[in-house]
Amino acid sequence: MLEVKDLSMRFGGLLAVDQVSLDVKEHEIVAIIGPNGAGKTTVFNCMSGFYKPTGGKIVFEGQEIQGKPDYKISRLGLVRTFQHVRLFSKMTVVENLLVAQHRHLNTNLLSGILNTPNYREKERKSLDRAAYWLDRVGLTDMANREAGNLAYGQQRRLEIARCMVTEPKLLMLDEPAAGLNPAETKELNQLIISLKEDYNVSVVLIEHDMSLVMDISDRINVINQGRPLASGTPDEIRRNDDVIKAYLGEA
Amino acid sequence: MQDLLYFIQQLINGLTIGSTYALIAIGYTMVYGIIGMINFAHGEIYMIGAYTALITITGLTALGIVWLPLILIVALICAMIVSSSMGWAVERVAYRPVRGKHRLIPLISAIGMSIFLQNYVHLAQGSSNIGFPALVEGGFRFGPEDSFQTSISYMQIMIFAVTLVCMTVLSLFISRSRIGRACRAVSQDLGMANLLGIDTNRIISATFVIGAALAAVAGLLLGMYYGSIDPLFGFIAGLKAFTAAVLGGIGSIPGAMLGGLILGVAESMTSGYLSGEYKDVVSFSLLILILLFKPTGLLGKPEVEKI
Repeated sequence: MLEVKDLSMRFGGLLAVDQVSLDVKEHEIVAIIGPNGAGKTTVFNCMSGFYKPTGGKIVFEGQEIQGKPDYKISRLGLVRTFQHVRLFSKMTVVENLLVAQHRHLNTNLLSGILNTPNYREKERKSLDRAAYWLDRVGLTDMANREAGNLAYGQQRRLEIARCMVTEPKLLMLDEPAAGLNPAETKELNQLIISLKEDYNVSVVLIEHDMSLVMDISDRINVINQGRPLASGTPDEIRRNDDVIKAYLGEA
Repeated sequence: MQDLLYFIQQLINGLTIGSTYALIAIGYTMVYGIIGMINFAHGEIYMIGAYTALITITGLTALGIVWLPLILIVALICAMIVSSSMGWAVERVAYRPVRGKHRLIPLISAIGMSIFLQNYVHLAQGSSNIGFPALVEGGFRFGPEDSFQTSISYMQIMIFAVTLVCMTVLSLFISRSRIGRACRAVSQDLGMANLLGIDTNRIISATFVIGAALAAVAGLLLGMYYGSIDPLFGFIAGLKAFTAAVLGGIGSIPGAMLGGLILGVAESMTSGYLSGEYKDVVSFSLLILILLFKPTGLLGKPEVEKI
């Protein structure tokens, strides 16, 4: 469903990403790993429209999306998170999930003021969906807290729930386990697998936590110094000499 | 006793003016909260609201309509519609094309828009003062017959009541409605809101429209209260309301309400106990003091640099 071909990104004299290719099929979890500064997030930023790549093609469901603005890409169903949490921290947990459904609740101001049945029906549906996902990520008790007051691991899960209420086809997670303790990482693992299994969402993730990557990924792409180093199943990557030298060996 | 009555009189006058400052200040603060720019044409939007109300009132009177509530409501609605369209158009023409550019560019664009609108009204309506009919007259008086009496006019009561209704509706709108929710999201993180599929351009337009509608309400109220308007009517009121917004903490809606009331009371106390000529000195000194000692304003939160 997503194909990245010969992607390059140059910042002035620095070639941050050089001819990287990868693909994501339906119903698949694909990881991008590599040492710090390898260009993983740059690849992500190109895919999600934050950067306009200087070379190569990105095709999502038959549409070329390289250089499109980020919000148009997200509307196609390719939704991302960031390395740092970007919740609406002064809004409540449930409001974070409701506001993400704004687009799906296409109603006008008047129907809101008049509180028409149609408006109430849509509002109820979005509340149901929010409640469902709150339950799914274990935050039901926190629904009316300010999002900024949640523990870090909870904020991470809320972010994923907020992506999910927009009904994405492909979810891009940038270091979802950063800053989580081992128990939280395990919970996150299960959540990501269930996104694939139960909701038919494909996932691309950048991660440093090798246990997470090896456990849940169907395929792994290794990038080193902006260039693709290897790709394959977790087992293949584990045995790959280049990878061991460049990355696992150092760790 | 007499001192107390005098004090209460100043307080009433101050709260009257202050609540209209607050109405205008909300427009500044909402726009700043969402796109981080000062809409310097906002005072002109308010002035245009006052002119529209006056024209409507004159027109209705000429048609022979004398029932006061009808005149006021129609004038209010017309003023709100015209000002809102102006607010929307100003954003569309002068701010959206330069949004996201260096901070100074929208600022200059806003000042240009302000000068343009002022001069447009100059040409269309003439530069002289136009009398605003005092439609609401009379009031209550308290205190002994033979000395100072505190008076509160029906006009002042109307200003309080209308302002209170506007503020309540706005607060409910922001906290409960779907668009209000989206407004809060956009003001916290515009990029993220956009990524989540919120039509941020529409939300930004909506804030301009809401701010302009409230300014139009203030335009009608203050036009009637002062009894005359001119094309520069919006300039000083705009500055005062901007001061109120900064005083309360720009970006914060309760802050704008509080800032407006404080500024209004400070001004009327100065007029009452010192001299009317000092009231602008006091209000802008207040601004300087706030900026020196609490740059984020009374209810403003320190801005955290986004990484």
